[in-house]
Amino acid sequence: MASRLGLRRLEIAAKSILHPTAVRWQPSPCIRCQRRWQSISQKIGSDRVHFPGAVNSQFTTQLAFTRPADLPGMPTYRILDQEGRIVDQAHAPPDIETKELLRMYRDMVFVSIMDIIMFDAQRQGRVSFYMVSAGEEGIAVGSASALSPNDPIFAQYRETGIFQYRGFTPADFMAQLFATKDDPGRGRNMPVHYGSAKLRIHTISSPLATQIPQASGAGYAVKMQNLRNPTDEQRVVACYFGEGAASEGDFHAALNIAATRACPVVFICRNNGFAISTPTLEQYRGDGIASRGVGYGIDTIRVDGNDILAVREVTRQARELALQDNGRPVLIEAMSYRVSHHSTSDDSFAYRAKVEVEDWKRRDNPITRLRKYLQGKGLWDDEREAALRSDARKEILEAYRKAEREKHPPLRAMMEDVYEEMTEEQVGQLEKMRGLVERYEGEYDVSRYEEGIAGLRLKEVKR
Amino acid sequence: MVGARLLRPAAQLLRSSTPSAALPRSTLQSHFAAPAATASRWRRSYATPAGSKEMTVRDALNEAMAEEMEKNPKVFVLGEEVAQYNGAYKVTKGLLDRFGDKRVIDSPITESGFCGLTVGAALAGLHPICEFMTFNFAMQAIDQIINSAAKTHYMSGGIQPCNITFRGPNGFAAGVAAQHSQDYSAWYGSIPGLKVVAPYSSEDAKGLLKAAIRDPNPVVVLENELLYGLSFPMSQEAQSDDFVLPFGKAKIERQGKDLTIVTLSRCVGQCLVAADQLKQKYGVEAEVINLRSIKPLDVEAIVKSVKKTGHMMAVESGFPSFGVGAELLALTAEYAFDYLEAPPVRVTGAEVPTPYAQKLEEMSFPTEGLIANYAAKLLRV
Repeated sequence: MASRLGLRRLEIAAKSILHPTAVRWQPSPCIRCQRRWQSISQKIGSDRVHFPGAVNSQFTTQLAFTRPADLPGMPTYRILDQEGRIVDQAHAPPDIETKELLRMYRDMVFVSIMDIIMFDAQRQGRVSFYMVSAGEEGIAVGSASALSPNDPIFAQYRETGIFQYRGFTPADFMAQLFATKDDPGRGRNMPVHYGSAKLRIHTISSPLATQIPQASGAGYAVKMQNLRNPTDEQRVVACYFGEGAASEGDFHAALNIAATRACPVVFICRNNGFAISTPTLEQYRGDGIASRGVGYGIDTIRVDGNDILAVREVTRQARELALQDNGRPVLIEAMSYRVSHHSTSDDSFAYRAKVEVEDWKRRDNPITRLRKYLQGKGLWDDEREAALRSDARKEILEAYRKAEREKHPPLRAMMEDVYEEMTEEQVGQLEKMRGLVERYEGEYDVSRYEEGIAGLRLKEVKR
Repeated sequence: MVGARLLRPAAQLLRSSTPSAALPRSTLQSHFAAPAATASRWRRSYATPAGSKEMTVRDALNEAMAEEMEKNPKVFVLGEEVAQYNGAYKVTKGLLDRFGDKRVIDSPITESGFCGLTVGAALAGLHPICEFMTFNFAMQAIDQIINSAAKTHYMSGGIQPCNITFRGPNGFAAGVAAQHSQDYSAWYGSIPGLKVVAPYSSEDAKGLLKAAIRDPNPVVVLENELLYGLSFPMSQEAQSDDFVLPFGKAKIERQGKDLTIVTLSRCVGQCLVAADQLKQKYGVEAEVINLRSIKPLDVEAIVKSVKKTGHMMAVESGFPSFGVGAELLALTAEYAFDYLEAPPVRVTGAEVPTPYAQKLEEMSFPTEGLIANYAAKLLRV
């Protein structure tokens, strides 16, 4: 039942569940302390700590600091090597249908081609801004392929692959990028700030890391729904962010509360080596982002982000884990390299050598790796590759040209949605504007907007 | 121990500084008294045509930081992308090479974190410059700015000064939509304990930023991305490394007798153009006052001008409600009501989350034409 509801309704449902219990019972912090002290008290002669803050720690007389540098780094899980061969046949992944394999490959290639076209489009001044995900297509597509289509997603801005995998069409992408009448965001966002209630992906928000605590909250709502409707599909929330965003306070608050409230959230960190110009060495000194998950008591794994099969398998198991015991968070750190510039506003060769990037591109890349795997299985060849690339290009350019000519949202859309209902002032302004345009016919070109002059009329029933 | 804390040089400086710096702006009198006192500490510089040179606002800001860092080893810059990348908008260009990575520091992406760090450094006696990539992102850190930086001196009984400068671009830019296009002048301007400035020209930028770095209080310097690349003449005085501008002193950018236009930041340039249009079209002489400083605010300059012109217009690019324009009109009504010959007006940004669409974005903020039209309406010409 709940799974069929749109996102907005979902939030309202969550509110109505959470409210009554959440407000009524408010113990003072003191009472809670006492409860813990009573249940866990220090026994005489015990070899263990029984302080409330650490319940399973042995006493020691050795004064030794735990030195992160002495600990081994967390291992990185992979299935394929750089040549697309299965590294360990004994631990080969479960079979994936050929159709699914090809879909994942196609989606990665599609995103990479669209990125090139739109980056150029920005340079030509056709869109104001664009962000590519070159080198990281595998993380987005691979993880999306292991989630249920009903799992809500909170993304950052470099996960075009999840939109592609969930069913965004070229027309959908272009509608957002060119702010046409078909853009669900109604032309109010910067390019690449996609969002889709239908596909259950929350709209991308510019400020960094704000989506992470929100994902914990959505995870809590989903948990309540799972408990309430145990026969419905049990869902998790997926949350994407970069290793730079993981420095924001929001990240830490989000992981801690997801752990303490046991929210079924799969946190997926794309560790691509750079936050705009800041390399990871200046971003943190620990063992990546993965080590932080452990610190928060969250089940954590590190995976080779260039290995889409590994990303898929890890996400699949993470999802299962997240649903155990009525829900718990899981952290995945997917390692990759940001082949692209940060955005169209960035020239990354100011802070890293071009040869380094070229090297990465050549040496390892999620697309070539899967391609080699497919070729090894006899599922792919040069002919199909050429056909796929030219078809994808054609499809994108077609949607591109169409979107460029497409009408923009109706003029009324510039007033709507600031509040749930238009204010009296807005209604007045809308009417005044329509009067003006009607009175000076020919002065204002409203033909580029859906519904033309009628777009300045209030709709009787709101969408 | 207590003695050592009390004897901190910065605390001394704070206590011995000018009335405008030390006293809360509770009465107008204390404010009017300020100019005389500030004059003794900061000599006001006037441009002379001889020896002036063109400089962009970006370079002026850069020069201000470089000079202050040269002069005072306690000054350092910290922010995202400030060092190796030379700043997201290249304002800190060359500083890393010149001062090294101990004083020009790249931060991880954590506004509340690095802002808290710089506030802590200031509380411990250093003079940090905390750069925000834009003030939109400073919302993540606003608790540190307001609850810690602005209030600690007061709440510590005056023993704990916080000599810090927060700076970065403020206001809307171009095509970056609602979450990147806000003006925070009114937000910071309403906080006791902060000083807030908004430079327009290169001279403003250099003089105000240098003053901000030297000032023992936390100062918020609200720059504007769209001004960074613009060139302005720099007088010989302004080129000197001793050039500072006083806080709480507005600058009359254009003399006039018919209308007072009070404005700040990028809108100053627009008002100057509008004033020329008014002159051409209607033969009206508008006086354009560049506030320079939002807190403290130069009420005296406004009152003086309104006495002369009888008409008052405030122009700013923030949202209209509870904004800088609202404050300017309120102050005018409080202190110059009897000199007004017509109701004062304000021209502000529109009350909408800034639209992404270029044309709508243009319409969301004051333009030269709009300012001139409103002025004409006010003057009934």
